[in-house]
Amino acid sequence: MTPIAPAMTDTAFALALALLLMAPLAIAGVALINTGLGRSRSAAQALLGNLAIVAVTAIVFALVGASVAGNLPGTPGSEGHILHLGAKPWNWLGAGPFLLGGLGVAPAQAQLALLFEFLAVAMAALIPWGSGADRFRLTAGCAAAAILAAIVFPLFAHWVWAGGWLSQLGVNFSLGAGFLDPGGAAAVHVLGGFSALAVIWIAGPRKGKFPKEGFATALPGHNAVYILFGCMISLVGWLAWNLAGALVWLHAPLAALPVTAINTVLSASAALVATFAVTRVRFGKPDASLCANAWLAGLVASSACAALVTPGQSLAVGFIAGIATPLLVELLELAVSIDDPSGAITVHAGGLLGLLAAGIFAPQQGQLVAQLVGIATLLGFVFPLVYLLFWLVNRVHPFRADADGERIGMDLHELGGGAYPEFVIHRDESYR
Amino acid sequence: MKYAGLLVMPAGFFLSIAALALFPAPAPRVAFVLCGLGVEALGLVVAVRGHMEARGEGRS
Repeated sequence: MTPIAPAMTDTAFALALALLLMAPLAIAGVALINTGLGRSRSAAQALLGNLAIVAVTAIVFALVGASVAGNLPGTPGSEGHILHLGAKPWNWLGAGPFLLGGLGVAPAQAQLALLFEFLAVAMAALIPWGSGADRFRLTAGCAAAAILAAIVFPLFAHWVWAGGWLSQLGVNFSLGAGFLDPGGAAAVHVLGGFSALAVIWIAGPRKGKFPKEGFATALPGHNAVYILFGCMISLVGWLAWNLAGALVWLHAPLAALPVTAINTVLSASAALVATFAVTRVRFGKPDASLCANAWLAGLVASSACAALVTPGQSLAVGFIAGIATPLLVELLELAVSIDDPSGAITVHAGGLLGLLAAGIFAPQQGQLVAQLVGIATLLGFVFPLVYLLFWLVNRVHPFRADADGERIGMDLHELGGGAYPEFVIHRDESYR
Repeated sequence: MKYAGLLVMPAGFFLSIAALALFPAPAPRVAFVLCGLGVEALGLVVAVRGHMEARGEGRS
């Protein structure tokens, strides 16, 4: 049964609502970063794709996803489907009414939780879109987003945020406070990162990325200004998201919010400084796009732990994320042949680090095990499920544009016009 | 090989779940959860190796 959350004060409710209204800035920031990291001849398609995915996820989540997530106490079926195993209840699936039935009569606090999920599902679905840049068809991207919004995200969100079995690990198995994910590091970012890996494996690399001989070809993003400005906007959105998450899911007192905000900034800052230093040492000059990736990795890590750790611990988490980011990007591209234009896999792996930190630094006994079970669920259940569903979608509606589309750019191929019609786009040597 | 790896990963997940249901004592529970994660990591490595082999054959 969906547990009854402690009542929120009117001030906390108003603040959480205001914060959630600012959270789309994180979505806008990620959309800008995705667009900037792609090529100029696919920029309009990339940004339209981001917008279309937000629209599709909102509609699909309202139609189906919210029912599976089952986050409206007091509405029919909100207690969900419960399996009894080992004399313990395992709440594994929400069973709320379709089409947001009962929303009007649900408590205001539950509606707030639903709003959080509405925004979270859009963010999760944007992540694989960035990784499929320059070859992922618009309609296929929307289909993949619909799958995430209808099945995968609501299922995991129910487990974590709506009284599902992961959130009840503390009550049923004495594992701390159960799996904690106040800012959506697991339900949004790690889920999105695994979805990105599935898209990359299914769609394959961009033409010319991995030539028959020699190293991988560098295909740099077309607009560093979009990328870095996207990072700045993202910070505002992330602050809003982490603070709202602390209020909605942890029922944190207002006095705890400034530390959460400071931890968010510290984590991103430490990650950026670490990557700045690593790339300065490795390449002689700092790398702008890797620094942007590190900034995001620090923010993603903070989603898991900003509301749960001290500033010093947050700094350490961000620093580790920043050291790992350039190394992981290099490893994935050069050693593992993964063509991830937006660096989404690396960035959102920062969520795993944050989830672990939330367990390691938690005062409650058993919290680390709860976090490990959550990570095991993401890796062992969510990722194979996403891969299977995307593979099926790809069989019906191929993810990848045809070779001609890739050659002329996704803008001309899919939209009939480019993002920068007054600019001459030079010929691509890789197609000779 | 990629699909074999992807099939191994849920086995690790069920191992972790079984640890919760079967072992009330903390030590064996933690050990089995870690074993489950290890199996998942193994599955991921196999899947990645499968991807690399496929990419090696299909380089453009």
